[in-house]
Amino acid sequence: MAEPSSPAPPDAVPSNPTRSGPGRLLIAVYAIFALAACARSASQISTHFQRAPLAYLLSAFAAAVYVVATVCLARGTKTSRRVAVVSCAVELAGVLLIGTASLVAPSAFPDATVWSVFGMGYGFVPLILPVLGLLWIRRTAR
Amino acid sequence: MIDVLSPALTWVAVGAAVWALVLVLADRPLPVDRPDGKAYLGLLALIEVGLLAQAVLGFIKLATADHDVPALSYGGYLLGSLLILPVALYWSLAERTRWGTAVLVVGALVIPVMIVRLGQVWAHG
Repeated sequence: MAEPSSPAPPDAVPSNPTRSGPGRLLIAVYAIFALAACARSASQISTHFQRAPLAYLLSAFAAAVYVVATVCLARGTKTSRRVAVVSCAVELAGVLLIGTASLVAPSAFPDATVWSVFGMGYGFVPLILPVLGLLWIRRTAR
Repeated sequence: MIDVLSPALTWVAVGAAVWALVLVLADRPLPVDRPDGKAYLGLLALIEVGLLAQAVLGFIKLATADHDVPALSYGGYLLGSLLILPVALYWSLAERTRWGTAVLVVGALVIPVMIVRLGQVWAHG
């Protein structure tokens, strides 16, 4: 979770549109996924990394992307919005690629990642979240 | 005792989510200076105390487990659940609109999900 109380960086948009209104809810959901993905990949990698190295590295990557997206959406500066666009795009590409790969070649994924089967284990929220993120950044652009 | 506490917490948390959802639908911010708003904060505090008790009981249960339980995941869910409500409330109160209140709906719903996962981790690893 970002620090909303920290002093505003120089390029901050005065009203910080990305974290107000629906953005506040979006960031909250992002933060939950950041926490869930980090916790999951930390436990996978620390306890049984050898079982499925590829899936677990992808889990860790997904976790990092969620953290970056959460922080950048919450900061809402010009720079961080750009980073947020990239991380949402990477996230969307990731969930589509891993989702497809986990269906086409299930043997490569002996254990689940957040993005397996398009995020089915998480109610398909991982598939919807980057789309909402991109739409929200576009909506709040001036 | 945890086997009674966890389902109870699940339902109280769902109740807190429904309460917040009603506020969202009525487009009213959480009235923190009115009695009903204070009652809501009290309910969240009650859930948090319950989660703390669940964490203590859970670690005792983990220490005396009769089968192999992934301790890191189980402990992670016990401790992780303590973070949710304080952070959700902090993030929610920073914007007193229906969207701020919607954060409480989501936060309160994460608790039952984590409790269900806790049960799954205990049963299946």
